[in-house]
Amino acid sequence: MSSTANTTVASVGTPSRRNTELVMLGFAVLVTVLAYANTGLALDGTLPAGMVAYGLGLAGIAGAAHLVVRRWAPYADPLMLPLCTLLNGLGLVLIWRLDHEPRLQPANAAPSQLMWSALGVALFLGVLIFLRDHRVLQRYTYISMVVAFVLLLLPLFFGADTNGARIWVRIPGVGTLQPGEFAKIVIAVFFAGYLMVKRDALALASRRFLGMYLPRGRDLGPILVVWAVSLMILVLETDLGMSLLFFGMFVVMLYVATERTSWIVFGLLLSVGGAVFVASFNYHVGQRVHNWLNPLELGSNGGVTETAQAMYAFGSGGLLGSGLGEGYSRLIGGIATKSDYILATVGEELGLVGLMAVLLVYALLIQRGLRTALAARDPFGKLLAVGLSGVFALQVFVVAGGVTGLIPLTGMTMPFMAQGGSSVIANWALIAILLRISDTARRPAPVPASSTDAEQTQVVRA
Amino acid sequence: MNKPMRRVAVFCGLLILALLLRVNYVQFIQAGELQNDEHNRRVAIERYAHPRGDIIVDGEPITGSIETDGTDYRWKRTYSDGEMWAPVTGYASQAFGSNQLESIYDGILTGDDDRLFFSRTIDMLTGKERKGGSVVTTLNADAQRAAFEGLGDRRGSVAAIDPRTGAILALASTPSYDPSDFAGMGNSDAEAWASLQAEADPEEPMKNGALRETYPPGSTFKLVTAAAALEHGLLDDVDQDTDYEVPFELPETAGTTVPNQIQNVGCEEGSITVGLQWSCNNVFLGISADLGNEKMIETAESFGFNEYHDTPVRSATSSYPEDNAPQNAQAGIGQASNRATPLQVAMVAAAIANDGKLMEPYMVEQLRAPNLNVVEQHQPTELSRPLSPENAQALQEAMEYTVEEGTAEPAKISGVRVGGKTGTAQHGVDNQESPYAWFVSYAMTDDGSPVAVAVVVEDPSGSREDISGGRLAAPIAKSVMEAVLGS
Repeated sequence: MSSTANTTVASVGTPSRRNTELVMLGFAVLVTVLAYANTGLALDGTLPAGMVAYGLGLAGIAGAAHLVVRRWAPYADPLMLPLCTLLNGLGLVLIWRLDHEPRLQPANAAPSQLMWSALGVALFLGVLIFLRDHRVLQRYTYISMVVAFVLLLLPLFFGADTNGARIWVRIPGVGTLQPGEFAKIVIAVFFAGYLMVKRDALALASRRFLGMYLPRGRDLGPILVVWAVSLMILVLETDLGMSLLFFGMFVVMLYVATERTSWIVFGLLLSVGGAVFVASFNYHVGQRVHNWLNPLELGSNGGVTETAQAMYAFGSGGLLGSGLGEGYSRLIGGIATKSDYILATVGEELGLVGLMAVLLVYALLIQRGLRTALAARDPFGKLLAVGLSGVFALQVFVVAGGVTGLIPLTGMTMPFMAQGGSSVIANWALIAILLRISDTARRPAPVPASSTDAEQTQVVRA
Repeated sequence: MNKPMRRVAVFCGLLILALLLRVNYVQFIQAGELQNDEHNRRVAIERYAHPRGDIIVDGEPITGSIETDGTDYRWKRTYSDGEMWAPVTGYASQAFGSNQLESIYDGILTGDDDRLFFSRTIDMLTGKERKGGSVVTTLNADAQRAAFEGLGDRRGSVAAIDPRTGAILALASTPSYDPSDFAGMGNSDAEAWASLQAEADPEEPMKNGALRETYPPGSTFKLVTAAAALEHGLLDDVDQDTDYEVPFELPETAGTTVPNQIQNVGCEEGSITVGLQWSCNNVFLGISADLGNEKMIETAESFGFNEYHDTPVRSATSSYPEDNAPQNAQAGIGQASNRATPLQVAMVAAAIANDGKLMEPYMVEQLRAPNLNVVEQHQPTELSRPLSPENAQALQEAMEYTVEEGTAEPAKISGVRVGGKTGTAQHGVDNQESPYAWFVSYAMTDDGSPVAVAVVVEDPSGSREDISGGRLAAPIAKSVMEAVLGS
């Protein structure tokens, strides 16, 4: 099995799939515009005034993104961009729909979310245009580590306490920023670079103990540091979700890099231990766990809790949902209806059917990311892709699982759908990096001089 | 690296699978439970999203709906003569839920009932605003007004039924409350609600005494005791003399005696007729003592004691318990541990007036869809036959004699056969509280008896005289009967 044979086949066979992407993009824009029209009809009885402009705007953004991909990443995965466009578009419709409820904060969130989405797509395009090869990121391994630490610790010093969690940084004049969203990309870069160098040491230099391969103490060091930092985030910023994401991503990448199951066992032990420790000593986290175990219990003030309201929203949606604009997810109230709880609106208004469709769109997106990781040819690209896809999958699971009561609720946003500038910008950047890796992976090598050997190989294959 | 990556992919797939299973559980299996959870506000939002159907008396609605500018609940319930009708309608409040007819027929009134599915679908297809169906009651507005105004400022209850069908004609209770006062969900509604609760108002205006409270029945229970004597063959007819002395010595006691209220009127060894005429305790103490607890329970139960009655609003359970001999004897004059609702006392008179046939009491004639189609129609049902027709007619004569020539005279209506019985029931520890004055009666026409009515009024004068039943309660019973006869 020679690499020449592979490239030869690829150079002839790999279609760019850009036209597929264009058709799928058109479909995504169409679904979004129809959802917008549907919501307007339900809420106001007329088609929304801005429908044409909104439709053209969305089509324009999607079209621009498509053209840039066509020009700068022609072999990139054809499904990721349409899937993200669909999720982002649906998210905008839902936020616009919730803007109609006067008591929900922040008021009038859709226009600013549209602006953040445009900024996100701009960043997406910027990454595709200026990051010509993802391996460049490898050079910034240790700088990434420093940046990641700074980003993670930022809320501690400049943070604003919101909803019990300290994950926001207030920038005067601009608004609030959630550094964690950006940190997860930077950390993935650091882990990928670090593990690529250290994987052999971690995988091979180990002792057997109870049938498991245990790492040497000096190799264990960085892992314990990561564990400590994630616990610190948990304790000091009471950000259960980010801590879980951070640690989960590390375990996944470590496992992929070393191919050692013992790391998973080790990682799980550490995270479970940490979680139990924190849950029993931190009031806020303990409260979340209590709410999870007793979702319908009345709050301490005798009112219905947000957790219960979200459950009622899901239950009331039933199989087919109330229809866009006709649900009562506003009853969830608080400040998170448009962000953390956006899935409750999906569940109530689009029903079980709609919610499953949305979850499957996420699943498809994750699957495309993991496929990119499998297809990538360089270890750094593989690790980075699996890390980014893994962290995305974990985030989807932690948010959706938390809102539906599968696991305790954590304050995190559903990628692309939820209201929040940091999240949408960071996730567009994440997708851009994945697209870049997939472009590199599927890009045909320069056509080698035709050799009779290669042709013969082809014949044999056929 | 590909092998662990495939495992990671499988793991991510499992995460998604877990999510899909969870949402299926929540939105499909658990959905019904969550949709109807008492704390799920959508239930109330939907209930008040459309004008509520009405409760109807004599062809006129006694309820209504007005549109409000609230964010969640668009329509609010209104009541005309709310205080008067509250024992019938119950309340439907945005903030405090609903009870009685408003609650039992919530599905019909909101239009949500399965039986209204067709009309609901038609409305949806034709784009008409959804309306609720209506609940047509058996009540008689004139009788209800006579009862409510007759009670006035006193504490008391009135229940009137049509003995021929069991249809409830009046159901009044004072002090009452106006359900309009807390139909919404504002601050004034909350205050009105709080002020009506037992902690704030010991008179419990929301108690609905006619149906939901039991009182010691006092001498009105002597009708049941008389029926028991005749049905069990202890006495052959109402004019047969007995051998019960005055004062009556309770069985199995060391000479504990019970006196009579009215002296020197022939109670000594008197008949049932005399006993009813002058409310002689000795006659009925003796009958109850001779029949024994078991036979007394049997007759009481045939009149509807010891079970609740769904009218469809569930009544309190009137009771005639197992007891020892002296207590059982005293229960025969309604002064022991037996208790009765005004509805139950009216049922006793109704069974006698209807020649021994007791009809099941009910207050909802029919349920109607928004397009006035009848969804459900009540059919009068026989509950039991506590008396043979001959014994019933004999008791009628005795009761009518009591009105003509006895203690029940204040209820006399010229030109109409009226039978009645007074009563006074003492209550409270050592009988310290104001006694209850009772009156139960029926009117008879050529078409049978159209009304039997029971009235209980708390007598603030504290008179222990049996006559107070005639003085306080009989005029109310009389005006209720006149209202029914006149309509």
